[in-house]
Amino acid sequence: MAFRIIASQCTQCGACEFECPSGAIKFKGEAYVIDPEKCTECKGEFELQRCASVCPVPKTCIPA
Amino acid sequence: MSSPTISLKSLASTTTMNELLATAKSGACASSSCGSPAKPHDVDPATWEKIKDHPCYSEEAHHYFARMHVAAAPACNIQCNYCNRKYDCANESRPGVVSERLTPDQALRKVITVANEVPQLSVLGIAGPGDACYDWKKTKATFERVAREIPDIKLCLSTNGLALPDHVGELADMNVDHVTITINMVDPEIGAKIYPWIFHDHRRFTGIEAAKILHERQMLGLEMLTARGILTKVNSVMIPDINDEHLLEVNKWVKERGAFLHNVMPLISDPEHGTYYGLTGQRGARAVELKLLQDRLDGGARLMRHCRQCRADAVGLLGEDRGQEFTLDQIPGEVSYDGSKRETYREVVARERGDHVAAKSEAIGMVKAAGSSGLLLVAVATKGGGRINEHFGHAKEFQVYEASAIGINLVGHRKVEQYCRGGWGEESTLDDVIAALEGIDILLCAKIGDCPKDQLTEAGVRVTDDYGYDYIETAISALYAAEFGLEPLAATA
Repeated sequence: MAFRIIASQCTQCGACEFECPSGAIKFKGEAYVIDPEKCTECKGEFELQRCASVCPVPKTCIPA
Repeated sequence: MSSPTISLKSLASTTTMNELLATAKSGACASSSCGSPAKPHDVDPATWEKIKDHPCYSEEAHHYFARMHVAAAPACNIQCNYCNRKYDCANESRPGVVSERLTPDQALRKVITVANEVPQLSVLGIAGPGDACYDWKKTKATFERVAREIPDIKLCLSTNGLALPDHVGELADMNVDHVTITINMVDPEIGAKIYPWIFHDHRRFTGIEAAKILHERQMLGLEMLTARGILTKVNSVMIPDINDEHLLEVNKWVKERGAFLHNVMPLISDPEHGTYYGLTGQRGARAVELKLLQDRLDGGARLMRHCRQCRADAVGLLGEDRGQEFTLDQIPGEVSYDGSKRETYREVVARERGDHVAAKSEAIGMVKAAGSSGLLLVAVATKGGGRINEHFGHAKEFQVYEASAIGINLVGHRKVEQYCRGGWGEESTLDDVIAALEGIDILLCAKIGDCPKDQLTEAGVRVTDDYGYDYIETAISALYAAEFGLEPLAATA
């Protein structure tokens, strides 16, 4: 299980990158991408996913 | 006082170093108060030292000095109902225009390029989109790089205040002595109507709980800055029927906590901007409403009346924006800082400014001493330097001064479309200019053609270019004297 970012809606503010507790989000090429191998969906750590909570655009950081 | 031997504008637009030096050296010191620009009477010397070159903190400085913003900290920790993050932050920049986001290294290259080209540059600010304190690593990296290369540039940032208390110590260590906090409320009930959510302590809060946290952090941040001696400007967005009356209360709170300046800005709202307010029909505030509120706030925290609500990537004097000359694709890959133009400009300004301050205080003294109950609203076309030095047809804005028993004060500005393009005046544009000048008694400019002059007169705005190149206040005091039957001051300078 992992989250993903809808690149066409992303403002590329980069907040999710430094909020991610697993270091799963990186800017690759022209977009921010979540590494499904590293993403834990913040299970056991946070009630809600940090990336989705900080994202300024609704429905942009969503379950894969 | 005598005529200036050097025009600041010619200095600022001179391209080669030799020309610049020649221009600067051609002017012997003409001023009686040479080298020491006098400070306004209501500011203490230590504070004046901090603000005298900052165009946003000193109305007087904004005639001479320029700022630039770099959009280097794009992440934000709150959502405001007047901001659409898909574009720029509507509060910090004119909406709908996307600015380039810069990495700290790109920002450094841009600052050096501008510093080499724009001698008036004195301040670098990070003012959105995003929050400079929340996206702290990028803010810090940008400031450190720039301070290393251009040690005398003033560093300045703008924040919503939520993450501010975490970084006040580092701000002080980096010699950031100007911070702007956007504070739109001190009552969480009202805050809940402005902020749908905040992101704090790694999670999202909504409603009144969110507004309460934000309010407490803003007050704490302001108090911490005051304790460190960092000058704080508070920006408030005036949102009709939501916080307009409440801003009287905000003004009181921030004054008590040591804010240096309070800047009330009208909400910009349009459905096209895609903001919550734009889409739900919340209207913006009109210039007349803004001025009424500002007049009611007079006597509280000192007000900033010369704000132009500039873009987050603005470059230049407050009334101009040269940002488009310095987009990333126009900036060389390798740059090195050459401070000679800025230094020469500063020397000239120091001289010119002392002269201006003396002329200004003489003019204001005269208007005050007249003891008249008359009030005059004067629009001025100026390119800076405190003089009436812009052709009517070239002006993109007019500065508005009010002369009354309390003196001569800048009370705002009116933006207009340039009337003259390539030698021809545009009829429909003139109608818009006339509309923008509503309530103005007299318009002062360096030069104006007969046709627009007649039409303006017909519309009730008297126009004169008789005071072209004079200091603004000197001209206004002469007009005031003529208007209310007093002994006029000889128009000097």
